[in-house]
Amino acid sequence: MKKKSVPIRVFHFYMEGFRSMTLGKTLWLIILIKLFIMFCVLKPFFFPRHLGQFRGESEKQEYVSDELIQRAIIP
Amino acid sequence: MIENIDTSLIDWSRAQFALTAIYHWLFVPLTLGLGIIQAIMETIYYKTGKEFWKTTAQFWMKIFGINFAIGVATGLILEFEFGTNWSNYSWFVGDIFGAPLAIEGVVAFFMEATFIAVMFFGWGKVSKGFHLASTWLTIGGATLSALWILVANAWMQYPAGMTFNPDSVRNEMSDFWAVALSPVAINKFLHTVLSGWIVGGVVVTGISCWYLLKKKHVEFALASIKVGAIFGLAASLLTVWTGDGSAYQVAQKQPMKLAAMEALYQGESSAGLVGVGVLNPAKTGYNDNVEPFLFKIELPKMLSYFAERDLNAYVPGITNLIEGGYQTDDGKTALSAQEKIEKGKLAIQALADYRQAKKDKNETSAAEARTVLDDNFAYFGYGYIKNPADLVPPVGLTFYSFRVMVILGGFFILLFIVAAILSYKNTFGGKRWLQWVCLWSIPLVYIASQAGWVVAEVGRQPWAIQDILPTSAAVSRLATSSVQLTFFLFLALFTVLLIAELGIMIKTIKKGPASSEE
Repeated sequence: MKKKSVPIRVFHFYMEGFRSMTLGKTLWLIILIKLFIMFCVLKPFFFPRHLGQFRGESEKQEYVSDELIQRAIIP
Repeated sequence: MIENIDTSLIDWSRAQFALTAIYHWLFVPLTLGLGIIQAIMETIYYKTGKEFWKTTAQFWMKIFGINFAIGVATGLILEFEFGTNWSNYSWFVGDIFGAPLAIEGVVAFFMEATFIAVMFFGWGKVSKGFHLASTWLTIGGATLSALWILVANAWMQYPAGMTFNPDSVRNEMSDFWAVALSPVAINKFLHTVLSGWIVGGVVVTGISCWYLLKKKHVEFALASIKVGAIFGLAASLLTVWTGDGSAYQVAQKQPMKLAAMEALYQGESSAGLVGVGVLNPAKTGYNDNVEPFLFKIELPKMLSYFAERDLNAYVPGITNLIEGGYQTDDGKTALSAQEKIEKGKLAIQALADYRQAKKDKNETSAAEARTVLDDNFAYFGYGYIKNPADLVPPVGLTFYSFRVMVILGGFFILLFIVAAILSYKNTFGGKRWLQWVCLWSIPLVYIASQAGWVVAEVGRQPWAIQDILPTSAAVSRLATSSVQLTFFLFLALFTVLLIAELGIMIKTIKKGPASSEE
C-alpha cells in the first residue's frame, strides 16, 4: 500500500488526537473561551493601543517626547 | 511646562500589572518544574521499558496539561497592558523588548506548540525515542520562552547594550549579546527557572503524599516522591547558588534594592546579614533617626561578603545612597540623589533642546544638546524624581518578602533531604506527619515563588527601567477609573480561571494515575 504523504499523516495525527481527547476537550474549550474573551472583548474594548490614536511614527515620536519632557520637573 | 500625572493612576496601573503578573506566575513555575519531572519519568520508562513508569509519566503529563492549558496566554495580557497602560514605556524600550519577545514568539512558542501535540497525542503512534524527544523539546521550548521574557525583564533591572536615539525617542539595541548575556539576565534566568523546578518538586511530592494519606496508588506515590524529592533537592541547592549570584548582581547594579532587602539605612563595613528581624513601624523616613529594627538577629559580616565578596567591604545603606559621598568600588565618590536629579533634568532638557533644534534645522545646537543628553543619559530618569525620598522602595514589603523567600527556600531543602532519605530507606510510607507537611508545602512553595518576584519588582521601585525611566513617566495618560475597571475585570477573569484549574486538577488527582490516557 502506498504510504500517505507527510502533511496528510500529520493532519490525521492531529485529527485522531483531537477526537480521542476526553479531558482535553474541556481544556480546549477553556482555552478558546479565554482567547475569545482576551482578543474579542478585552483587547478591542478595554486595551486599545494608547499610541494607536496617532497616525504614523513621527506623530507617535512627537507625542511620547512631549510626554517625557512635560512630565519632568524642568525649571 | 510642568504637568504632573495623578499618583492614583500610577498606583492603579502598577497594581493592575502586579495582579496580572502574579496570576501569570501561578501557572508558569509549575509548567517549568513539572515539565522536567515528567520528562525524567518518561526517560526512566524509555530506559527500563517498565509500563509503571509510562503510567506515572502520563499522569503527571496530564497535570502538566491542565496547568498549561489554563495558564497559556495569561502572559499576553501583560503585553496588552504595555500597549495601553504603559505606552510611554513601550515606545521608549520598543526596540530592546522587540528582539527578545520576537524570538520568544517564533522559536519557543512554535517549539512548544509542535512538540506538545506529539507529547499528548503521540503515545503508541510515534516511536518511544521520538516521543521522549518531543517531551524534552516541549519543556525546552517552555524554558526558552522563559529565557527571553527574563532577558527582557533583566534589561529593565540593568539596562545595557542600547543607545538612546533622541530622534525616534527610543532606546535602540546596539549589542544584542550585551542584552541577552548580561550577568543580571543569566542569573535571573537560572534563579527563576530553578525556582520553578522547586515548585515542580514540591507539587509532585505534595500530591503524592495526599495519595499516601488516602492509602491510594501507594507504589505510584512513593516512586513519584523519590523523583520529586531528589529533583527538588538538586533544584533547591542550585537555587542557593544562583540566589547568591542574584544578590551579588543586585548589590552591584541596584544597591538601593539591596539596602531595602536588608532595611540597611546606615551603610557600614563588615556589614551583617539580617537573618530574622522585626522592623520598627515608627520609622517613616530615611533621615528620621529612628532605629529601623525592633529586633534582629544578624549573621556577622555576611552582607559584606554577599555584596562584595569581601567580609570587610563597605555596603552603602539607604541614607548613604540618597546623600552620596561614600567611595564606590571604582574609587569614585558616589553622587547624591540630588546631584543625580540635576543630571536627569539636564538630560531631559537636552532632549527638549535637541528636538527643538532639529525642528529649527539648527544642527549646531542639536549637536550640542545631543552631547549633553549623551553625557547625562545614565541619569535620565532621575529628572522625574520630585523628592529624593521617592527613590526609596517600600522597605517593609521588600524586607519581609525576601525573608519569606529565603526561609521557605531553606525549609524546602530540609524537606527534600528528609523526603529523599526516607524514600531511599523505604520508610517514607509510614511517616504520616511528613506526608502532611509535604502536602501543606504546596501553598508555601507558591508563596515563596511569588515573594521572590515581589523582592525583584517592588525592590526596584520607583523604576520601570532602572535609573532611566520611573513609573511616573512610563505610565499612559489614562483615566484612573478605566484602569480600576480593568483591574477588577482581570481579578474576576483570573479568579474564574484559577478556580477552573483547581477544580479540574483536583478532579483529575482524585481519579488518580490509572486514567491517564488523554
